[in-house]
Amino acid sequence: MAKLILSVDGQVLKEFNLSKERTLIGRKAHNDIQIDNLAVSGEHAAIITILNDSFIEDLGSTNGTMVNGKPIKKHFLQNNDVVEIGKHKLKYFNDAPTAATAADFEKTMIIRNPAKAAPPPPKPEANMGDTQTNLRPTSEAPKPAASATTTATSSPMPSAPAQAPSAPPPPPAMAPPMPPPRDHAPHPAPAAHHAPPPAGAATPLREAAIQVLSGAAAGRTLDLTKNLTTIGKPGLQVAVITKRPNGYFITHVEGATYPTLNGTSLGGAAHPLGDHDLIEIAGVKMEFFYKP
Amino acid sequence: MNLSQSLQSASLTDPGRVRDHNEDCIESRPEMGLFVLADGMGGYNAGEVASGMATSLIADGLQEVWKPSEIARMGREEAKALSEKLIGEHVGRANSAIFTTSQNNPECAGMGTTLVVCLFFDNFLTVAHIGDSRLYRLRGDVMEQVTRDHSLLQEQLDSGLITPEEAKLSQNKNLVTRALGIDPSVDTEIHVYETQPDDTYLLCSDGLSDMVEDEEIRLTLITLKTNPSLTVQQLVQAANDNGGRDNISAMLTRVAEPFGVPRGWLARLKALFR
Repeated sequence: MAKLILSVDGQVLKEFNLSKERTLIGRKAHNDIQIDNLAVSGEHAAIITILNDSFIEDLGSTNGTMVNGKPIKKHFLQNNDVVEIGKHKLKYFNDAPTAATAADFEKTMIIRNPAKAAPPPPKPEANMGDTQTNLRPTSEAPKPAASATTTATSSPMPSAPAQAPSAPPPPPAMAPPMPPPRDHAPHPAPAAHHAPPPAGAATPLREAAIQVLSGAAAGRTLDLTKNLTTIGKPGLQVAVITKRPNGYFITHVEGATYPTLNGTSLGGAAHPLGDHDLIEIAGVKMEFFYKP
Repeated sequence: MNLSQSLQSASLTDPGRVRDHNEDCIESRPEMGLFVLADGMGGYNAGEVASGMATSLIADGLQEVWKPSEIARMGREEAKALSEKLIGEHVGRANSAIFTTSQNNPECAGMGTTLVVCLFFDNFLTVAHIGDSRLYRLRGDVMEQVTRDHSLLQEQLDSGLITPEEAKLSQNKNLVTRALGIDPSVDTEIHVYETQPDDTYLLCSDGLSDMVEDEEIRLTLITLKTNPSLTVQQLVQAANDNGGRDNISAMLTRVAEPFGVPRGWLARLKALFR
C-alpha cells in the first residue's frame, strides 16, 4: 500500500497509509492528515487512491500545494514524489510493484463491475498476484496449444486444445454462480523482492551506418538510427536492417530472390551484421560499418 | 469462396522472457477470414485453459455455422447483422462453457480470458472484444486502435481522471473490467467496420501493446507491410527486446485486394473463372 511520510525541517513526524479512497489533508481536526499550522488551510488538499494509483488535488487552499517544487492543482503521484504544504513535506512511497514479484504484478486480473457482481472489488492491500484466486499451487491443468515455445499458427496446431479437464457432469443448477472467495492475505513483508531490471535494458548500441559502394548512389552513406531501416528496391528486392539491443541484423523482406551477405544468400532468416560486412541487394553493393 | 487469397495473414504467439508458460492462445482460419485471440488469466495454469477453450470453441463453432458461400447469397446488410448475431451467440456459448468448467473444477476456479474476434467478409469486418486485448488498424500511414479496452485505466482515461501520458505510468495497467468466463453471462462489444484495400489489421495481447509503443508498432507495420510473417516476428521480437514481461501474441491481416461478394449474374460468372 502507498504511504506518506510527514516531516518538517527534515524531522519525521508521522507516517500515513493511504488506505482510504479519499484522504483529506488540512489544519482542522477532521482531516485524515492533520497539520496544525497556520500556513495550512482548513481543508488544504485531498489524495484520491484507486487501487495502486494515487492523485493529489489542491482544494483551493490559500497558500497552495507544491509537488517536487512545482505548484500543482492536480497531480498523479509517483513513487518518491515530495508534496510541500507550507513548511511541511509529505513524501509519497508506493511499493506496490515490489510487494509482489514482477511477474505476478503484471498478471492481468479482473476487476468486477460492482453493479454486476456481488463480491467487493479486490482490496488494494491484498497481494496483487493473489487477488484473483485462492488456488493451491498443486493444480496441473492441461496445457492447450502453444505452450512454452513460440508457435506460429502456420504450423499445425493441436485442434482441440482444452476440452475441460475431465469435466464432471454439469452442475445441478446454475444457482451458486459466485466466484471463489478472494484471498485477503495480509500484506506481504514489504522488503525482499525487487523487480528485476527490464531484460532489454543493456548498454546503448554503437551507432552504425551503411555505405553504398556501387550504382547511382555510390559513395552515399545511410545512418542506421531507426529501429528498422529498409534497403533495396520496392517490388524487386527489399531487406530490413533491425537495430536491437544485441546488435544489428539483416532480414529479407520481399522479392523472389534473396539479397546476399558477404556473397552468401540471406535465405529467410535474420543474420547478424558484423563490421565491414558486404551486402548486395537489387544489384547494388553496400557495406555495413560501425561508426568510429 | 476462399478469403486467404485476398487477405494475407500471419500470426505468432510467444511466452515472452519472464513467464515460463503461455496463457495466450490464438486461432486463425484464413480461408473463412476468421481470427481469434485470447489472453487467459487466473489460477496457476487455468488461464491457458480459459484462453484455449475460448479460441477453439469460438473458431470451431463459427466454422460450423458461417458458410461464406451460402451467406454470399444474402444481402450485404443481412450478412452484417448475421455475423454480429452469430459471433455474439458463440462468444456467449464459450462464456458458459468456461464458466461451467471453472465452477466444476477447483483447479480452474476463477479463470477467465480476454478476447478479440475478427471476421472478414464482403469488404467488411465484424469485431467482437472483451477486456484489454486489442485490434489496431493501419490505413495509409495512420494507425488507430479500433477496440477500446475494457480496463480500469481506460475508464479513468474516459472520465478525464488521468491523461494518456499519466496512464503510461499507472500501476493499474493490468486490471480489466470485463472478461470471458467469469460470470454466467458476458457483455460482448461487437461492431462492424468497412474495410479498404491495403488496410492492415493487428490483433494483439497486452504483452505486445504494453511493451512496444504504438508509434513503434505503426512504423513496423508500415516498413514491413509486404511481409506479414516477418512483421509479426519483428513485433514479438521488439516486445522481447523491451523486456518481454508478459506473453506476447500478434495476428496480422492485410487486405491485399477487395474481397466483395460478386453480386449480379455477370460478376458471379466472372468469379467462377477467376
